[in-house]
Amino acid sequence: MSRTAVRTERLGKRYRIGQTRKTRMVQPTLSETLIAALKAPFVSVLDRGGAGAADRRGEKSVIWALENVSFELLEGEVLGVIGRNGAGKSTLLKILSRITEPSCGWAEIDGRVGSLLEVGTGFHPDLTGRQNVYLNGTILGMDRREIARRFDEIVEFSGVGDFIDTPVKRYSTGMHVRLAFAVAAHFEPEVMIVDEVLAVGDAEFQRKCLAKMDDVARAGRTVLFVSHNMNAIQRLCTRCILIDQGKIVADGPTADVTARYLAEGFARTVKSGPLEWIVLNSVEHAGTGQSRFASLRYGSDNATVGHHAYTDGPLQVTLEIVSDKPRRVGSLAVTVNDEHGTVLVNADSVELGVSVDLRRGTTFLALQIETLHLKPGTYVIGLWLAEATHEPVYDYIQSACPLEVVDLQGTALGSRTIGAVSTTFSWHEAREPI
Amino acid sequence: MIRPSRGLRGINARELWAFRWLILTLTARHIQVRYAQTLLGIGWAVVQPVISVAIFTVVFARFARIPSDGKPYQVFALAALVPWTYISSAVSTASGSLSASSAMVTKVYFPRLALPISYIFSSLIDFVIGLALLLSMMFWFRIAPAASSVVAVPFLVLAMMLTATGVSCTLAAFDVEYRDVRHVVPFLLQAWMYASPIVYPMSLVPDKFRQLYALNPMAGIIEAFRAVLLGTTAVDWRALAVSVAVSLALCVFGLMVFRYRERVFADVV
Repeated sequence: MSRTAVRTERLGKRYRIGQTRKTRMVQPTLSETLIAALKAPFVSVLDRGGAGAADRRGEKSVIWALENVSFELLEGEVLGVIGRNGAGKSTLLKILSRITEPSCGWAEIDGRVGSLLEVGTGFHPDLTGRQNVYLNGTILGMDRREIARRFDEIVEFSGVGDFIDTPVKRYSTGMHVRLAFAVAAHFEPEVMIVDEVLAVGDAEFQRKCLAKMDDVARAGRTVLFVSHNMNAIQRLCTRCILIDQGKIVADGPTADVTARYLAEGFARTVKSGPLEWIVLNSVEHAGTGQSRFASLRYGSDNATVGHHAYTDGPLQVTLEIVSDKPRRVGSLAVTVNDEHGTVLVNADSVELGVSVDLRRGTTFLALQIETLHLKPGTYVIGLWLAEATHEPVYDYIQSACPLEVVDLQGTALGSRTIGAVSTTFSWHEAREPI
Repeated sequence: MIRPSRGLRGINARELWAFRWLILTLTARHIQVRYAQTLLGIGWAVVQPVISVAIFTVVFARFARIPSDGKPYQVFALAALVPWTYISSAVSTASGSLSASSAMVTKVYFPRLALPISYIFSSLIDFVIGLALLLSMMFWFRIAPAASSVVAVPFLVLAMMLTATGVSCTLAAFDVEYRDVRHVVPFLLQAWMYASPIVYPMSLVPDKFRQLYALNPMAGIIEAFRAVLLGTTAVDWRALAVSVAVSLALCVFGLMVFRYRERVFADVV
C-alpha cells in the first residue's frame, strides 16, 4: 500500500488581469499606483496584487488561472499533466514547487521537492561550467558535499568534458542545455516536478533525457511531468490529468486521457489542428505575394485519433491560394520538416511534371500523400509556390503550422521514437557474407 | 503544506539556514562575477577609494577648507569612505537583486531573502580591502588604532550590515514591481552620503542637533568607526546608541516589508 505523496484540495490561483507578464508588457509605474491609491484609498500600495486586493476591486478584473484543482498522487506514481498552452499547467507546477502562492485551497507534499521548470536557471555566463554546477545545484537545494560527490557523474552525463573549466558563455547552446539538465537530473528529490525540459536540445540528447526520466520513474520516485510531447507522456506516465481553462477535465490512465486530448483537438496550438482551416496571416511569408497562400487544412482519414496524421497513414492537405490574376505555376509544394528545418518530405508538383492553374481570386488545391513514413513526433508544414523551379517565387512559408504525427497502434513507443523515417524490416541470420 | 498566507509573516530562520549553501554560493558568484573580464580585477576595490579620497582632499580640504579633527584629511576621509562604500555598494546591488534575478525567482523556489542577503555579504569584500588600505595608510601616517577597536570594529560592521539589510530589503521588495526604485537609489545614496559625516566631521554639527543627526544610522556608526580607529574624538555614545537603535529598527522593518511582499514576487517581477 503506497503512501500519498502529493495531495491538493480545491487549489485555486487568481491573477489580476494585466498582472502577469504574458498579458502586460509594461510594468505599472509607482505614480500610476499612487494615483490609483488616491482614487481608491483603501487599496494600499503594499497590498497591490496581494490576495485581498482583487476582492475589493470586484471580480471583473481577475482571471482564474487555476480553479478547484483537487487530486491525489501516490508515492512512485508518474503523473502526466497535459493541456493547451495557457490552460494552467505551469501555474499548477509553480504552486506545487512553492514559487507562487495559491489564492485558495491547499496542497500537501510529502518529501523533498525538486522542480525543473526551466533548464539552466541561474546559470551565469561569466562563470565556468564547474562554478555553475555548484551554483545551480545549490539553487535546486543540494548541499555542496552532495554536489561534490556527484560532480564527476554530472560532467560525464553532460558530455561537456574538458570545457568544464571554461566560462559557459563560450558554450554552444547544446552544451549549455546538456550541462544544466545533467545537474538537475542528478538531484534526487522524492517528488520531482518537470516542465517541458524536452523542448530543448538535439534529438540524441532528448533521448538521453527521456532515458534518465525513465530511470527516475522506475526508481520509484514520484514525478509530475508537463509536456506537449504526447510520445514522452505516453512513455513515461501511468496516469494523466488534462487541464483546460484552469480546471481538471479528465483524470485517468494515460492512454484514455491522451486520446481524449488528441481527439478533442486540445493538441492544436493557437493556429493548428486537423480538419481546421488554419489562416496564414500571422506566419512569415517570403516571395512576391502576387499569388499567396491564404489558409490550409490538413487531416488523416482516422477519426479515432482526431484526424491527426499518423505513422504510415495518409495525409491530405488542402490549400487556399489567392492570386491577383490567372496564373499557371510550375512548382507548388508542401514540405514536412523536422524541428531543425530539415526537409523530410517535399511533395512538389515539379517532380510530377505538372503545372497548376490559379484563377484570379481564390483557388482551392488538394494534395494527397498516400503513406506518410514518419515516426510519431512533431513536425512542421512548409509551403512553396513558384513560377518554375526557381524565380520568381510567389510565396514561400517555411513554417506554416506544426504537424503532429501520432502513433496509431499504441505499441511500445520507446522503440519507435528513434529516427524520423518509418520503414518495414525484418532480421534473419545471414548464411554467408554478401 | 502549501496554502495562501495572510498578514505579516516572521522570518523563517530554519529555512534560511537550510539554504545556507545557496547564500554562500551566491555570495561567491557575486564576487567572482564582479571583477570578471576586468584588467585590474579586485584592484578596483583599491583604485576607487583612492581616487575618491584624492578628489575629496582637493575639493573639501583644499578648496572648502573643511576641518578634519586634527588628522590628515586623506586618512580622515578614507576612514569614513570604507564603511560608506560598503553601504553604497550593498544597497545599490541588493536593492535590484530580485529583479536582476527574475529568471530564478519565477522558475525555482528558494527563500527570496537569500538574494539580497548574498549581496549584503558579498559587498563585505570591498570593505575588507578598504580596511586593509586604511590600515596601511594609518601606518604611513603613524596613527595607531585604539586597542578597543578590536571589539568595536566588528560591532560597527554588524550595525552597518543591519542598516544595509533594512534599506536594501525595503527597496528590493518594491523594485520587484516598481522599477522606479532603480532611479531613486542613486539619488538616495548621494543624499545619504552628504547627510553622513564623511567629507566633514560630526563636530561641525551643532550639539543640540546631534541626536537628531544620529537618526541617520550611518552618522553614529561612521563617526564611531573614525573615533576608535583614528582617535579623532571620543566616541559619542549617545549618538551611537541612537544610530544603532535606528539601524536595528530599519532592519526589522525591511525584513517585514520584504516578507509581506514576498508572496507576489513571482507573479509581478
